[in-house]
Amino acid sequence: MMTSTVEPWVVLTFSAAIFFIGLFGVLVRRNVLVILMCVELMLNAVNLTFVTFSKQLHDLGGQLSVFFIITVAAAESAVGLGLVISMFRTLRTVDTDDIRLLKE
Amino acid sequence: MEISPFFFFLFAGLAIVFALMVVLLKNPVSSAFSLVLMFFSFAGIYAMLDAHLIAALQILVYAGAIMVLFVFVIMLLNADVPTLDFGKRGTLLRWLSAAATLSGLVIFSKAFVTNSVFGLEGTHTSEKIAQVGGNTQAISQLMFSDYMLPFELTSVLLLAAIVSAVTIAKRKRDHNDPNNQGSAL
Repeated sequence: MMTSTVEPWVVLTFSAAIFFIGLFGVLVRRNVLVILMCVELMLNAVNLTFVTFSKQLHDLGGQLSVFFIITVAAAESAVGLGLVISMFRTLRTVDTDDIRLLKE
Repeated sequence: MEISPFFFFLFAGLAIVFALMVVLLKNPVSSAFSLVLMFFSFAGIYAMLDAHLIAALQILVYAGAIMVLFVFVIMLLNADVPTLDFGKRGTLLRWLSAAATLSGLVIFSKAFVTNSVFGLEGTHTSEKIAQVGGNTQAISQLMFSDYMLPFELTSVLLLAAIVSAVTIAKRKRDHNDPNNQGSAL
């Protein structure tokens, strides 16, 4: 039977699922660009957790935290992609397994 | 929470499918566009949770700015050749990662099911927010009063990010190597 509400733990578990999908991507993928995208996935999952608690506890501080997280995510991806460009210029690759300058 | 289960599960299912596509698709461009669609699903969920400003920012900043940056870098690096990049690392490590993330998910969902409410109730009930004039108005008033210092620090952070991104990505001129002068990267 369908009820007219969604329990908070359903939303929280959903955001945890997205977070761990992103974490799995960070652990498994080797393309630096895809790893950065998976970090964005994890940040989004955390944002959804903040918004859910903000709604559940009637406090807008959670949504303000999301605002700041979005700003930090934008800064992080700008600097991260700059690093990727710099890395591609010296190593001609975006594969994490080929970054072994200290090992050689 | 009074949100429509049909639309929640629609958006949540779409978001999970697109998130899996980000992780599992071989081509980085396909991953990037799946990520855009996942951001849109998240924006729908934010709008259902009465976070209208966050929903708008999600589309403007994530789907607009950040993803354009990603797609631009993929095109710039010409690295959009499909790479089967699960390959070399070994299946054991891959399955271990899957097991670790799944067990983490189980632990988290168990915690969420058993303690469904933990934390202090705030004062921003939906009636009070409607009285102030809506979600965006209430957030703006908080942002320019209680959260003034973090808001100003955000501008410093963005300035630092701009400077560092330009400095890192700037091409260093190598005058000794004549072959290096003409290349785009």
